[in-house]
Amino acid sequence: MMDWHEVLFFFEVLVGGLLAGLMYSLVAIGFVLIYKTSGVLNFAQGAMLLFAALTFVSLVNYGAPFLLAFVATFAIMIGLGFAIERTVLRPLVNRPPITLFMATLGLAYVIEGAAQLLWGTQVHRLDLGISDKPMEIAGLLISSFDLVAAAVAFGLVAALGAFFTRTRIGLAFRAVADDQFAALAVGLRLPRIWATVWAAAGFVALVAGLLWGARLGVQFSLSIIVLKALPVLLLGGFDSILGAVVGGLIIGASEKLAEVYLGPYVGGGIESWFAYVVALLFLLVRPSGLFGQKIVERV
Amino acid sequence: MTKLPEALLSVRNVSAAYGGAVAALHGVDLDLRRGEILALLGSNGAGKTTLLKAVSNLLPAERGALTGGEIRFEGRDVAESSPADLVRAGLVQVLEGRHCFRSLTVEENLLTGALGRSSSRAEAKADLEKVYDLFPWLAQKRRTAAGLTSGGEQQMTAIGRGLMSRPRLFVLDEPSMGLAPLVVREIFEALKRINAAEGLSLLVAEQNSAIALKYAHRAVVVENGRSVLTGSAAELAARDDIKSFYLGGADLPASSPQAKEVAA
Ligand SMILES: Nc1ncnc2c1ncn2[C@@H]1O[C@H](COP(=O)(O)OP(=O)(O)OP(=O)(O)O)[C@@H](O)[C@H]1O
Ligand SMILES: [Mg+2]
Repeated sequence: MMDWHEVLFFFEVLVGGLLAGLMYSLVAIGFVLIYKTSGVLNFAQGAMLLFAALTFVSLVNYGAPFLLAFVATFAIMIGLGFAIERTVLRPLVNRPPITLFMATLGLAYVIEGAAQLLWGTQVHRLDLGISDKPMEIAGLLISSFDLVAAAVAFGLVAALGAFFTRTRIGLAFRAVADDQFAALAVGLRLPRIWATVWAAAGFVALVAGLLWGARLGVQFSLSIIVLKALPVLLLGGFDSILGAVVGGLIIGASEKLAEVYLGPYVGGGIESWFAYVVALLFLLVRPSGLFGQKIVERV
Repeated sequence: MTKLPEALLSVRNVSAAYGGAVAALHGVDLDLRRGEILALLGSNGAGKTTLLKAVSNLLPAERGALTGGEIRFEGRDVAESSPADLVRAGLVQVLEGRHCFRSLTVEENLLTGALGRSSSRAEAKADLEKVYDLFPWLAQKRRTAAGLTSGGEQQMTAIGRGLMSRPRLFVLDEPSMGLAPLVVREIFEALKRINAAEGLSLLVAEQNSAIALKYAHRAVVVENGRSVLTGSAAELAARDDIKSFYLGGADLPASSPQAKEVAA
């Protein structure tokens, strides 16, 4: 029988994992936005995240107050979204998805290069003023930073949900996501919608970039976070925000539990690949992911 | 030279191809006068859908293109306008197979029509009421996901969505497809009512020539990518041979002298 401390420890690991998983969800949501509305798997999401974090931290280092730096970075991300639509997506419209994917692969390097040119290659410390001290909640020790990050993730999901269901542009997004040809015929301006989606993904990248940057430092390896988001997407489906959240929770929790309970037997380092094993096992059972492509069809 | 009644839509010697290779139209002519219902008839693969897509400049999105001729809507060359601009100019199409937004509710589908035209909220609200008056059943289903409604309801939703864009030329591609005769009648009756009440011009592609000729004023028959016959609906409906020659009936060659006679 497990004693009380072991049970407590188990829950501590579990909750820590779930919260860490939401950090992955934050990155995954950026992918989902773009995939849903344009069918493009945007490999450059990680580079956008890096670019946003680096821009923000550089502005702060130049003495800009937090809010100003945030708004200015957001404005730059909007500009980036519109530029990408104009220079990359529009010329490639109607091309097969693999072409677009390759284009975003190239884009990732261009954005990283631009970030390097603009802001240099130094690692920057980013302090959001959120303490990382563990708090005791119901007997469990939980990082307060993780709690704030989780709250931000939920706030973002709620805001996106309201945006999609309550606004006209949100309605247009969902229409385009559902049937692109019909959206075109109805008279929706697809280029404008795509540019807006990329700007929204830029905003998500900014939020995720700040949290990840505060956690790991703002450095070029931040763009590798895409590799953490991928299993989340495989699990949750590429086109569902809810899936990105649930997928993140599952991946985060199983990763941490595996690290603690299986790690000792396989010699550690399990965190770097375990998520993929979970995702792949899952794919065998449900190829479209947990929430992917729920096709509304009358039978 | 006497001037013909001004055509709202004129299609001149249009040819079109997909992927730069597969030719689908080789010379289609038609004129649609303001206020009329014009039926576009033809059997499977005749080129009706291709022509209608060309009219709304939707061919490029299907990797197709006009390869000759021109299409003018109120004098404007449609190939020079984006589909979105054409909708705002009043040229609105209900696609073949309805293409409702399946995960959106019926009402949200209708509202996308208002987005397409950039209607104000008040306009959108008024137009919604008009659509529900026309198809009362849709009001019952307003909160249901369109993908979960019946084929007839989806067709009404797609038509309602088009009407929300306040068309001046309403283009419909096979509205009867896969629907029960009673529903087809209800839909055509509704279209006829708007045509009579508001003078809305309609271009309707149909394989179901019986129903189309019953409601249309005039008809154009296309075969193998060519327009081969034009005439008043009454005149064409009176000839049994039309149906068998062109609309998937008997095996008489299309270019038989008998057929040409009517073409004048
Ligand atoms: N997207 C496409 N790519 C290539 N060829 C196409 C495409 N769509 C249609 N075609 C071809 O163009 C020709 C005309 O097809 P179209 O769909 O216009 O006919 P239709 O009269 O609408 O037929 P139906 O009554 O079956 O709807 C056909 O030979 C068809 O195979
Ligand atoms: Mg067709």
